Amino acid sequence: MLEIKGLTAEIDGKQILRGIDLVVPDGEVHAIMGPNGSGKSTLGYVLAGRDGYEVTGGTATFDGVDILAMEPEQRAAAGLFLAFQYPVELPGVNNANFLRTALNAIRRAHGEAELDAVQFLKLARAESKRLSMPEDTLKRNVNVGFSGGEKKRNEVLQMALLRPRIAILDETDSGLDIDALKIVADGVNALRGPAFSALVITHYQRLLDHIVPDRVHVLAGGRIIRSGGPELAHALEAEGYAAMVAEAA
Amino acid sequence: MPAVEETLDTVNAVTGSTYKWGFSTDIEMEMAPKGLNEDIIRLISARKNEPEWLLAWRLSAYAAWLKMEEPEWAMLRHPPIDYQDLHYYAAPKQKAGPKSLDEVDPALLAMYEKLGIPLKERAILAGVQGAGEDEQERPQVAVDAVFDSVSVATTFRATLAKSGVIFCPISEAVQEHPELVRQYLGTVVPAQDNYFAALNSAVFTDGSFVYIPKGVRCPMELSTYFRINARNTGQFERTLIIAEEGSQVSYLEGCTAPQRDENQLHAAVVELVAMDDARIKYSTVQNWYPGDTEGRGGIYNFVTKRGDCRGARSKISWTQVETGSAITWKYPSCILRGDGSVGEFYSVAVTNNHQQADTGTKMIHIGKNTTSTIVSKGISAGHSNNTYRGLVRVRPSAAGARNFTQCDSLLIGNNCGAHTVPYIESRNPTAKLEHEATTSKIDEDQLFYCRQRGLSQEDAVGLIVNGFCKDVLKELPMEFAVEAQKLLAVSLEGSVG
Repeated sequence: MLEIKGLTAEIDGKQILRGIDLVVPDGEVHAIMGPNGSGKSTLGYVLAGRDGYEVTGGTATFDGVDILAMEPEQRAAAGLFLAFQYPVELPGVNNANFLRTALNAIRRAHGEAELDAVQFLKLARAESKRLSMPEDTLKRNVNVGFSGGEKKRNEVLQMALLRPRIAILDETDSGLDIDALKIVADGVNALRGPAFSALVITHYQRLLDHIVPDRVHVLAGGRIIRSGGPELAHALEAEGYAAMVAEAA
Repeated sequence: MPAVEETLDTVNAVTGSTYKWGFSTDIEMEMAPKGLNEDIIRLISARKNEPEWLLAWRLSAYAAWLKMEEPEWAMLRHPPIDYQDLHYYAAPKQKAGPKSLDEVDPALLAMYEKLGIPLKERAILAGVQGAGEDEQERPQVAVDAVFDSVSVATTFRATLAKSGVIFCPISEAVQEHPELVRQYLGTVVPAQDNYFAALNSAVFTDGSFVYIPKGVRCPMELSTYFRINARNTGQFERTLIIAEEGSQVSYLEGCTAPQRDENQLHAAVVELVAMDDARIKYSTVQNWYPGDTEGRGGIYNFVTKRGDCRGARSKISWTQVETGSAITWKYPSCILRGDGSVGEFYSVAVTNNHQQADTGTKMIHIGKNTTSTIVSKGISAGHSNNTYRGLVRVRPSAAGARNFTQCDSLLIGNNCGAHTVPYIESRNPTAKLEHEATTSKIDEDQLFYCRQRGLSQEDAVGLIVNGFCKDVLKELPMEFAVEAQKLLAVSLEGSVG
């Protein structure tokens, strides 16, 4: 269970998160919606431990353990996965090699046996097929020359292989056509279960038609100004953020 | 800790502050007194029982050297070298032809162990008779070990001899194949070529000699382990490889050296000759002691390597992974004389702490339709300086010449330097020359992305650096690729796909 209490954070002295309170129980998918600049992506980066994001107050725990004190790779080993809004290119680094190195790093951290190349490839091929990714995806360099949609699918492939306990999807729907959106949603839905939870950051309702959330939170000005069921997303789509932000102010 | 600092720590761990091969071997030495003069050269020549012409050649090189000045154009800074404060000859005392491992100096075997040479290869390395005959079970790599100045072991010779290949210490070649040595020695790198080549020509003590007869494809990779082992003994190897018409050979050179406080001078010369349709692939992994984190000690490496594509459609390919040495001054080059000949240079140079590397290549296009490819990857960290210096020269005769040059620099931290100094001279209007260059820093975004996926900072740097160097590493023969990747922080690159 992810528990965030009174979380504040700043970048270069500028306060972005102004006191986030959020609980994501195991097995639940929560959506975070909000206008540009509201702090959605910052929340994802702070939870994943990116440099340059300074936590100035509050706590974030996963299963009672303080994740803010951990290195990024320790958070990953603890089961936290961030699907990047802008996946990073790694020139010369073979996607399969990258994925296997990552998977084995996490398996090592859990005291599990590492997968050899053959075992890994079998697994990776099955997952990429399920995500309708071209066969050469594994052989290509990580995200280099990938289309926007391919990059996002590659994020979901990584998630499927690493099997996180909590996934934060940072606008994974942006730049996707409807077919790709459905594939990405299927990838997330396939992981849903009692031991998996997700925080889906998005601008738009349309992703939530495919990944139906248990809860929806509206983030504005660094705070959660409203929370509700899936119907809240529909209300937002109809009314826009402005009315809701004005109402909260 | 800021990520850049962590990155630096990682690279420290990767490239050298804890130099893994810092040990020396206690073998009884026979050593000439310090200093360089005609008498020392006569002593070296006499010890090696050389013919008169070779002594005369050495002495003329020495006379030329005396009139030359140390080159200062490279972007390298070091205290002056006292050439009179070095020993120019040191030989491990050796019994003739060990018949079994029991007869091999245990200290030598222990050294091989520290170098991580597999057990079954040690007997071969040590030159034990009969070892290495069971070829099915071991990799096809023949090794000529240069232990200080005298080659103490040469292997696989029986197999090589069957195909007519000669692979032996050059001192032995002088005795057994004097006509070949005399015909080719100094024809690619003349004795007066440059300051360090002249010095080498005067005092070279040993090195490898390879002769591949017409039409023969050398049945195995040829390999030499170089080792600088005697205190204050400069190493002056001389290597000569001749590939006759239609022949092929792949030669591997790897180096480690014991940790020393004093700077050690190394000035090797390598000459390659490729006749019509011959191919020579020369690969180097250089891991000599780079000096400590403050820049004390370390090897001074002034090397002249040049290949002569003498025949039509011949091809010479240099691949180097340079991670060691305090100072690297090295420009493996190709003279593309034969029509349709091909020259290649693939290089990874890593500098850290206070290391300095000024390295690159020269591609001299003389024949028609000659092509050359240059791929250089420089990685600088710490307070180091890393310079690519290259020349592409197209002579008026080289109609249809082509060159492609790619120079990429990767910076880690804010105190290092990367410099690219390409010279391009084209005197034929039909030549096509391309040059691409990039400079980048290891990106915080890339590191965070990797770490978010569970990789440690160290693994992430290793992965990114190996990715950066991939175009060069893939040119290395398998035997060396593994060692090179270890040196650059091993990743699983290439094991999949």
